Amino acid sequence: MVEFNISTVFMPEVMIAAMSMIVLAIGLLVPRGASKGIMPLTTFSLIGVLGYTLYDFFYGAKAVFLDGMYMHDQFAVYFKLLFLVAALLVVLSSRDYVQKFGEHCYKFYSLLLTATLGMMLMAGAGELITMYIGLELMTISFYILVAYLGNDARSSEAGIKYLILGGTSSAILLYGISLIYGLTGSTELAQIASALGANLTPASFLATVFILAGIGFKISLVPFHLWAPDIYEGAPTPVTAFLAVASKAAAFAVLIRVYLLTMNSQAFSLTGQTLLIVLACLTMILGNLIAIPQTNIKRLLAYSSIAQAGYLMVGIIAQSVAGVKGVLFYAMIYVFANMGAFAVATHVADQQGSDEIKDFAGLWRRSPLAAVVMTASLLSLAGIPPLAGFVGKFYLFSAVMSQGYTAIAYIGFVMSMVSVYYYLSVVKVMFLNDGKDLPDVPVQGAVKATLLFTMIITLAIGIYPTPLAQMAFAAAQSLIK
Amino acid sequence: MSALPTVASASMLLPFTLLAPLVAMLLIVFLPKEETKTIKIVAAMGMFVSLALSIFAFYAYDRVLGGMQFTLTIPWIPDLGVNLALGVDGLSLPMLLLTNLIGFSSIYASWNMDKRVKEYFILLLILIAGVMGTFIARDLFIFFLFYEIVVIPIYMMVIIWGSTKRVTKEYAGMKLTIYLLIGSAFLLVGMIALYLAAAANGNPTFMFDELAARQSLYSPGFQKVAFALMLFGFGSLISMFPFHSWSPDGYAGAPTAVSMIHAGVLKKIGGYGLIRLGVYVLPLGAQFWAPVIAVLAIANVLYAGLIALAQKDLKYVVGYSSVSHMGYVLIAIAALNPTAATGAVAMMFAHGVMAALFFSMIGFIYEKTHTRNITELGGLAHQVPRLAIGFMIAGLASLGLPGTVNFIAEFTIFIGAIKVYPVQTILGIAGIIFTAVYILRAIANVLFGPRRSEWDHLTDIRGPELVPLALLGSVIFLGGIFPNILMGLINSGVTSSGLAKVLETVSQAKMGGLF
Repeated sequence: MVEFNISTVFMPEVMIAAMSMIVLAIGLLVPRGASKGIMPLTTFSLIGVLGYTLYDFFYGAKAVFLDGMYMHDQFAVYFKLLFLVAALLVVLSSRDYVQKFGEHCYKFYSLLLTATLGMMLMAGAGELITMYIGLELMTISFYILVAYLGNDARSSEAGIKYLILGGTSSAILLYGISLIYGLTGSTELAQIASALGANLTPASFLATVFILAGIGFKISLVPFHLWAPDIYEGAPTPVTAFLAVASKAAAFAVLIRVYLLTMNSQAFSLTGQTLLIVLACLTMILGNLIAIPQTNIKRLLAYSSIAQAGYLMVGIIAQSVAGVKGVLFYAMIYVFANMGAFAVATHVADQQGSDEIKDFAGLWRRSPLAAVVMTASLLSLAGIPPLAGFVGKFYLFSAVMSQGYTAIAYIGFVMSMVSVYYYLSVVKVMFLNDGKDLPDVPVQGAVKATLLFTMIITLAIGIYPTPLAQMAFAAAQSLIK
Repeated sequence: MSALPTVASASMLLPFTLLAPLVAMLLIVFLPKEETKTIKIVAAMGMFVSLALSIFAFYAYDRVLGGMQFTLTIPWIPDLGVNLALGVDGLSLPMLLLTNLIGFSSIYASWNMDKRVKEYFILLLILIAGVMGTFIARDLFIFFLFYEIVVIPIYMMVIIWGSTKRVTKEYAGMKLTIYLLIGSAFLLVGMIALYLAAAANGNPTFMFDELAARQSLYSPGFQKVAFALMLFGFGSLISMFPFHSWSPDGYAGAPTAVSMIHAGVLKKIGGYGLIRLGVYVLPLGAQFWAPVIAVLAIANVLYAGLIALAQKDLKYVVGYSSVSHMGYVLIAIAALNPTAATGAVAMMFAHGVMAALFFSMIGFIYEKTHTRNITELGGLAHQVPRLAIGFMIAGLASLGLPGTVNFIAEFTIFIGAIKVYPVQTILGIAGIIFTAVYILRAIANVLFGPRRSEWDHLTDIRGPELVPLALLGSVIFLGGIFPNILMGLINSGVTSSGLAKVLETVSQAKMGGLF
């Protein structure tokens, strides 16, 4: 046990919290015209925190804080890196989009940072209440962000929906936590595991289901996925991207920790395992099949992200270092691939005011870079080499096959080939027609940089995955000894 | 071949061969899209380098020494045991040469392309590099990676530059893609299963020879299942009956160059994979499934041959004929003896050259006359004699005329297979009659007959358009008249790669099979 030292444990969290306050204060204090500097300010502070966190990952002291209430292991730091990268990419790619909010734009950045802070707390939480606080911090920030387009009815509708459904799911999660506390007298993961023992009681069964449902809502696991398409469609596109990528990854961080540490005892793992297998297969199958008829790019990406959650679940089912490593690896490349796709969607929708897939017609001519980046991102999501998705899926499915679940790998691979169908139908629209009556979509500045960056990273990790794989392996090992 | 002993260790030869088209592709990315002439020249130069290097490799390969040569091994993903391992032996070198012959010709077959030239050549070069990569990989992971790289450029090329005849090009492209990807999904599962089984004692690997050396780790039951998965994956790629229906539609929808590459080399990856991975690594699985393959192979020959008889579109004729000819490759693989295996590789080479020449000639006919319908064409030999010569060479090679490399290959296959599957082989030989009928009928109806004035305005192929004819045509005769150039190499590959040994052990136990 390392003694309490706030600078080793909480540094990135404190910095992000401070930044969100500073952004808010600056937004209130400086005159309207000067608030333009907030986006670069947020960007550079995120880069700074990202740099520190990267250093922290490799060299920082690792500690358990307050008797296991808060973990500062490589697993948590890996996820923090992921959230920061996602936040950074959202900020960069949404520069033009956020300008529309006018004087409210500083609040947008501030809320983005508080949501990031919530995610970071979730990744570090070694105890259910801390986890819940992080979760709520994130979710409440998202309630506002989703409804941010005040005069757009769809956005408000999405915000209300997310509020009601999110509230319900939080209640279910809390109920599960309270059952656990009643059964074991503790909310701390390691103690719960030892107190639960090997007996499966109706109460512990209920608790498993409730916690799974609560977290499953956040990762839009079938059958808790119904909120996702509507809310993804209604929310401002950058928020959708952040919701689909980072909040999902945060819920995965929690699920991995809770599932692999708490539910490790006999009673939990048997029930939980069966549940997870069924849900993961359903998620992969339904997510991919329902994505096929979609005509709106955001809805398509919503269903695709449901399916992607199914692939990630496969790594948890493997219950091994290799499986967790697969999840960590895939979650990271999923950030880049999805952010690339959403950045293009944001930009195109912003320029021509529509996110129907048919309005992407002829994008190869109107904006070659956007078309190429979209293609690369979608193909990475589909798992086509040499893009990163292929290696990621390979890690996930080889991990689960080595545990003997061959059928899951079959479903996963066949469904990911099915997914090629709808990804390619977007590619087809972009490349087949000329889109003569649609405007040119020039890509410049921060957006261009984001697009190039996501594509290069997706390609680079696909061609040479070793560095990221080593990081994911180190992080997975810090969780499972 | 005894000269240049040091060349066999020239490890950078294959990477350069592989990178040449990719470098050309990168150059094209940065060229302005109006410079169509420059783009074509850059693409041709890239492929010329590859072709020259692979011809050099063909001659510098030491046939006496045998085995994998020009090897290069770089650890790539250590935690999975993936190595970027390149190398060629007598089985893969002919396929590498074939890829480059066809790749080079396909650039010239697309010389008149005027629609979105830049994107076209970028995708074409990626496609060629991907196919090349599968043949020079010595590592299963790298093999598979290159194979999947190929799928997407093909899809894009079919939907953008393809032609809509009996089916729309979007349909043809998607059908082709989905078939290949679903096949590859099963292949992936089989591949991971094999990888995990081989890593049972730790030390994971994807290297073909390492996987084969760990035979003792694969139980017979496992081999049967794993081989079945590979058979499904590779079988749909080589258009094995009943997974063949993507092939004629796909070829008909695709632009000329894609038809050439797809029918010429890409589907050969299926046959190559079945030999390299199926038979070599999982001999017991191969032994179990061989009788089934033999029956399906004959279904290929006869069923596709019959359908080809009824076709009016030239591309469908050649498309079904290529499905039919793959039956010979499959029965040769199923025969599980060294003679037939040599024949299988030779047949893949011979058929590849022939199909590429055929498709390029049909491409020119379509480009000039805007029709591929046999009944609308006629008497073309009067107006375009050089095109007619190319068409005839391809046709005659297709029906296995002695003097063409195809004859040598088919003959070897029949010699090898008749011992094992007498009934099927005789049925297969009978299939040649179908080939003769539909090919001769196509030649007669398209090229000969009275002069038709509506084609008087046609110009014969000339300049760059002659490259496919000259290159592929001369290979057909060279291989047919001096068979040892090709057969000697393949034979050394079959013996020295350890394949012959594997075949010997399984064929002793098998004789008889289902029939």
